[in-house]
Amino acid sequence: MGQERTEPVSGQGTGRDLVDEREVLLRARDVTVGFGQKLILENLNLDVYRGEVLGFVGASGTGKSVLMRTVLGLNPRRSGSIEVFGQDYDEATDDMRREIEKRWGVLFQQGALFSSLTVKQNVQVPLREHLKLSARLRDELALLKIEMVGLPLDAAEKLPSELSGGMIKRAALARSLAMDPDLLFLDEPTSGLDPIGAAEFDDLIVKLKETLGLTVYMVTHDLDSLHSICDRIAVLSERRVLVEGTIEDMMQVEHPWVKSYFRGARALKRV
Amino acid sequence: MKLTDKMDAPNLVAAQDGALLLLTASGAWGIRQGATCEKLITQVALRLTHSVICVDLKKVSFLDTAGAWLLQRFQMEQAEQGRQVQFLYEDERFDILLREVDREDVDNPPEKVSGNSFLNYLAGVGEATRQLGRDTRDVLAMLGGLTATVTAAATHPRRLRPVSIAVQFQRSCMGAVPIVCLMSFLIGGIIAQQGGFYLKQFGAEIFVVDLSGILVLREIGVILTAIMVAGRSGSAYTAELGSMKMREEIDALQVTGLRVTEVLILPRLVALMIALPILVFMANLAALFGAGLTCWWYLDIVPNSFIAQLQAAVTVDTLMVGVLKAPFMALIIGLIACMEGMKVEGSAESLGRHTTVSVVKSIFMVIVVDGVFAVFFASIGF
Repeated sequence: MGQERTEPVSGQGTGRDLVDEREVLLRARDVTVGFGQKLILENLNLDVYRGEVLGFVGASGTGKSVLMRTVLGLNPRRSGSIEVFGQDYDEATDDMRREIEKRWGVLFQQGALFSSLTVKQNVQVPLREHLKLSARLRDELALLKIEMVGLPLDAAEKLPSELSGGMIKRAALARSLAMDPDLLFLDEPTSGLDPIGAAEFDDLIVKLKETLGLTVYMVTHDLDSLHSICDRIAVLSERRVLVEGTIEDMMQVEHPWVKSYFRGARALKRV
Repeated sequence: MKLTDKMDAPNLVAAQDGALLLLTASGAWGIRQGATCEKLITQVALRLTHSVICVDLKKVSFLDTAGAWLLQRFQMEQAEQGRQVQFLYEDERFDILLREVDREDVDNPPEKVSGNSFLNYLAGVGEATRQLGRDTRDVLAMLGGLTATVTAAATHPRRLRPVSIAVQFQRSCMGAVPIVCLMSFLIGGIIAQQGGFYLKQFGAEIFVVDLSGILVLREIGVILTAIMVAGRSGSAYTAELGSMKMREEIDALQVTGLRVTEVLILPRLVALMIALPILVFMANLAALFGAGLTCWWYLDIVPNSFIAQLQAAVTVDTLMVGVLKAPFMALIIGLIACMEGMKVEGSAESLGRHTTVSVVKSIFMVIVVDGVFAVFFASIGF
């Protein structure tokens, strides 16, 4: 830990100058993660600012999910520090960690709904655990979240095994939003949704961001989401954040992978 | 906002302003203050007399969907009683939030039908009876499928999948040898000690050898081993098949043109039917060894006379009575385990329930089958 590393190449500066004074909700410094002999992330630095939607891209297997799990404290780190809401996660007491965990919401790639609870009960789990609300208000808030993510109300009493893939995504989003979190982690939220559903999902994220001041950390491969809702994009490659900046910045980067991702045949077809 | 920052407590103050009532809200109206906010708003709602109510939200420092919902609910409830509620705010985010939570059906979720409890009870009994019928049908269907597979394997031996059988045998037999032997060794010793304690009073301690020899070979060896295998391999089979079912792996096999009975169930059943007699034999040896050691130390029956007495007391038939039962018990354990595994549905709870049911059912059936065999052997004079 500690040795100075070159900062990730900032994409031509535009995005960065603007956000520098803003409050940092999540700060990762010199994070190194490895399994056995293999290093997945090496001396990675990352900041997530309040109120922004950060899109994370990278080829499959470059460690996007590993990074998210590391930030969430689910994966061990070899070195480095992670600060959430200005609090070092390693030095936090149990109470502080609970406080942090109340203020972030996580949407896992496969939904990770509790399979023996109905959708409504799933959404109520954090409410039940962390707050003393009346049963009526708890029910109403759960149904409200279920409606907000675009699920029909009769889905509330269904078990996760009775839902389609897209509905599982939405139900899981409803659960991650249950506590009205400040920081929302989304692991490939729009994969497996039809384009219309994906666009609605994007709209919902924007709406929540505008109303609740939500900060979103999103791992995604959806070019439409990257173009329409992400304020900033970070590319994970070669075990670190290779470039970060706005979508316009990404269009200028000459790195072969970034170039083929944002300016390849598939990307240009949509323009 | 840092982690340590505290939010202002919410408050709601009522003031009369001519014909309308002015409610001034202040502080944070978020989900963490949800309980307090709800209390404030219901207290105000109880003593309303005005027909026009204005809620001033300009001093509200924080609003989220929970706070907005409480306000919206207040407005909807008052509207039903013919009162008009208006919100005053400057922040346009409040406007988006209040519109976002404006959903009428959340307040009146579809009612669940509960019905008469006695009728429910009867319905439950009926459902259980139908389930029993379905269980029987499933077992027969599985047996039929297995028979068909075995018949087909007579002409195409590769369809018996010797490699899978060997792998399953390794797991359910080799892996079980140490624990089965240790358990039987202890039980053999305990039977000899308990029998010896009472027989010694009559000076008949030599008959401990007959007692433990016959008891172990005919009953204890096979029953205990079968119970151990039901708990060890039966639960594993149910959990394996069940989680494969949950993750649609079973469906994937089906559409790839592989038959579940052939690929997953038959190898497990065959392996278990080979494994259990071998385990029973090992268990018998371990139990007799335990009994012999106890006789030597506790009853002063030296190994030579133990062996001589044992040879007089038991024959190969005694051993065969126990070992012959083993493949049938293995078949029952394997069938129940695989069938319960195939019945697992989507949830983790269902997996747990079926694994429990699998073990309980197989142990119960092992005892029932042992009883049937006891009657059978008695009537043919074996």
